[in-house]
Amino acid sequence: MARYSGLRILGEGFRGNSGWQPAWRKPAPKASYDVVVIGGGGHGLATAFYLAEVHGIRNVAVLERGLIGQGNTGRNTTIVRSNYMLPENNNFYEHSLKLWEGLEQSLGYNVMMSQRGVINLFHNDAQRNAALRRGNSMRLNGIDAEIIDREGVKAMCPIVDLDNGRYPVMGGLLQRRGGTARHDAVAWGFAHAADARGVDIIEHCEVTGMIAEGGAIQGVRTSRGEIRAPKVGLAVAGHTSTLTEMAGFRVPIETHLLQAFVSEGLKPLIDCVVTFGAGHFYVSQSDKGGLVFGGGLDGYPSYGQRGTLPEAEHVYAAGVSMIPALGRLRGLRSWAGVMDMTPDGSFYICKTPVQGLYMTAGWCYGGFKATPGSGWCHAWTIAKDEPHRLNAAHTLDRFREGRMLDERGNGPFFWAQ
Amino acid sequence: MLRIPCPHCGARDEIEFTYRGDATVARPGPDAGVDAFHDYLYLRTNPRGWQAEWWQHSSGCRAFLKLLRHTVTHEIRAVATATETLEVPGA
Repeated sequence: MARYSGLRILGEGFRGNSGWQPAWRKPAPKASYDVVVIGGGGHGLATAFYLAEVHGIRNVAVLERGLIGQGNTGRNTTIVRSNYMLPENNNFYEHSLKLWEGLEQSLGYNVMMSQRGVINLFHNDAQRNAALRRGNSMRLNGIDAEIIDREGVKAMCPIVDLDNGRYPVMGGLLQRRGGTARHDAVAWGFAHAADARGVDIIEHCEVTGMIAEGGAIQGVRTSRGEIRAPKVGLAVAGHTSTLTEMAGFRVPIETHLLQAFVSEGLKPLIDCVVTFGAGHFYVSQSDKGGLVFGGGLDGYPSYGQRGTLPEAEHVYAAGVSMIPALGRLRGLRSWAGVMDMTPDGSFYICKTPVQGLYMTAGWCYGGFKATPGSGWCHAWTIAKDEPHRLNAAHTLDRFREGRMLDERGNGPFFWAQ
Repeated sequence: MLRIPCPHCGARDEIEFTYRGDATVARPGPDAGVDAFHDYLYLRTNPRGWQAEWWQHSSGCRAFLKLLRHTVTHEIRAVATATETLEVPGA
């Protein structure tokens, strides 16, 4: 099924590119499916792909309110990494990173996965200790991590100002296998591969209600009619609580904005991903040449998909502190995604109080790098009606049971994660 | 950029304020039990629409305020002091 290959591109070049077909069909919804996945972003499409590929469940629909990949999948900084500290999180993200490493072969689609390395800078002894602790935690779980010194940072990313007067750089925690991927291609690749395995991807189909009887899901009501299914999976990022409200329960989620920015195109300047330790700022350079960077949350709940200026100013200020040369740079675009923030900063892939309703949600800022892992674990949970060991701890009940997965120890504040 | 009309200081930029959470949750009594405290601490309505929320004028008078704000348009319709009540439309 080599629909996309170098030979094909060469051949099409001689035929005026007249032979390409759409990457997925545009089917009308059927009256019923074995599984309905709500949300046509990376996580929903990945769920459908792994249901078909791993579990042989091909009678699946993915319902998307707008167009494929126009939500958070296309609204991030495209960074892929697994440098977490808690075993429940770093084992999951490492599984996801391993799926990333073979994703192009699994999908038959170029997602431009580039393992260019991720450096987290540190600027003082306490930060170095924290980085060592996190790096050791990663290595204990079989994940690559290195501590590099100032010279190592200079060799990998010479544009960083090592002698910042307020926060001189001491070194960094490096994960060489981390990097970036092309976010749109991830959505298109999963859509193409799921479609090729029989999954119906139904765009412009908004879910308006849940059909449940006796505490069990029976299907969904949509703008294109009722669709019956004994199993429904939610993969809708910041709108999770809107859908769980239709199903009659509340979740520990508050929806916040996270902005990302891209600059005008430059010649090669930064060939890794580098994050500032003295302010919330992370940057990489896209293959087109623009610097792609982001910071923290805007700070208050919003479904607006547009950022506010005080946070934009803060991000630019942090960027100029880390790389003074950016002061001459012109911004090109900025955008915001809606994040479903959780009280401990970790995600949910789990069953819900409604029988047959599953969710992958609460991704905070970690959604893009998790895309294949989230789909893989969500598909497992749906197919087997029980979690995989990688997502067994990521339940909605963990707060009641005192099993928080709080990487940063910030306490139960959605906006502080 | 939000302009927040503080009842004590007048209209000020959002950078003077800090969001402090959903103002519709109420702390249960000491004997209310684990479930009531779990719901109070963790469960949220998270409306796409009007929400009553706590803000602190942290770089101004430092008072805690209640705001009625729309989570899509960011429009602020009403402001109250901490002890006053705010009516949330449709809630």
